[in-house]
Amino acid sequence: MNLILDYYNYWIVVFLMMTGFYIVISANNLVKKVVGLNIFQTSVFMMYISMGKVAGGTAPIVVDDNTLYSNPLPHVLILTAIVVGVATTAVGLSLIIRIKRAYGTVEENEFEHEDDAI
Amino acid sequence: MIEWIDLILLGMLALTALRVIFLKDLFAVVMLFGIYSFLSALVFIVLDAVDVAFTEAAVGAGISTVLMLGTLALTGRTEKENTHSKLLPILVVSVTGAALIYGTLDMPPFGNPDNPIHQHVAPRYIEDSPKEVGLPNMVTSVLASYRGFDTLGETVVVFSAAIGVLALLGIRREEDNNTPESGFKEHRVLQIVAKITIPLVILFALYVQFHGDFGPGGGFQAGVIAAAAFILYGLVFGLAKSMAVISPMFLRYMAASGVLLYAGVGLFSMMQGGNFLDYNLLASDPVAGQHYGILIIELGVGITVFAVMLTIFYAFASQTERSNIQ
Repeated sequence: MNLILDYYNYWIVVFLMMTGFYIVISANNLVKKVVGLNIFQTSVFMMYISMGKVAGGTAPIVVDDNTLYSNPLPHVLILTAIVVGVATTAVGLSLIIRIKRAYGTVEENEFEHEDDAI
Repeated sequence: MIEWIDLILLGMLALTALRVIFLKDLFAVVMLFGIYSFLSALVFIVLDAVDVAFTEAAVGAGISTVLMLGTLALTGRTEKENTHSKLLPILVVSVTGAALIYGTLDMPPFGNPDNPIHQHVAPRYIEDSPKEVGLPNMVTSVLASYRGFDTLGETVVVFSAAIGVLALLGIRREEDNNTPESGFKEHRVLQIVAKITIPLVILFALYVQFHGDFGPGGGFQAGVIAAAAFILYGLVFGLAKSMAVISPMFLRYMAASGVLLYAGVGLFSMMQGGNFLDYNLLASDPVAGQHYGILIIELGVGITVFAVMLTIFYAFASQTERSNIQ
């Protein structure tokens, strides 16, 4: 049981990461690929935050002197990464819209010529 | 007790992600992704990352979902059947996953206070930042002061994403009368509920912006929440009305001025004889200087994030309207 509790978070992170990875390489539709990328990205966030957790600790906002706090550094990194993540997702989605306009499809196996393939 | 909540939430997260693989209806995929984001926000709360949870709830479940739905409106809502064999992807994923699981066994156990990550840098932030920076929220101290240069970089990345979206899609402003009606003109209940909610959302965004030094929150979250209020307005009352309130051109100036405000604080502290973004020199008292510095750069971040998110929404929504005309 201890082994499970010690590593459960990391195992779920690996599972989510592989799910996202699988969607990215197997999905036919480009929008679904972007969803897969986002799942992958969230799993990395989850890993950083899991590493920052201290058992019995609390959120890193000062209460009084003898409180145990979780590590604030991963929180800072991930907070900004989430906002940058949505901004880059928006760029990816606008590329998909342009692909739709240029090729008439966003399904990977429907690009007509060899040169069309992405 | 808290471990069990963690176990169950993570399990639900895994199931939601697994379901996305098998769905062909992309509308359902995007909705599941919204649920996935909300669940991960809950996990972040359990893991003590309240600021992160805040951001994930506003960004992942709010803005991302709207943008993905906007894309679906243009590209169609069903995925076609894939003709490729699924065997190779499954093989690649299983091998990589097995290797990673093997790798996790070498990691320090979850939650142990003696883990290497808690021995270096973090103790200084936890012990000294309330004295050096004078703010109760350590995440804000680290984000805006200790790692202020890093955050400036992130803000510039968000700004350049807006440039990218504008370069790819652009915003067209339809002023002639053949524009089809957008928004929900007949839904009176929706309009009244939106009218009541929007001022509260904006008020809350301002609270998050200026109370971020003391509690969870800050410029990133406030910018996204404020943008969500205007996106709601645009969705219910139509894009044209939303653009009449805040024009796309004004948003461009806002996005740039936020970044300039942030960098300007850095340059000002250099002129005072310190390093770039050294807030200690902004006032005669170092701690008061830190307060001024963090307040101003958080404002810069909030302005840029707000303007970028709304610009991106305008770009996507005007594409949808354009395709409606054709």
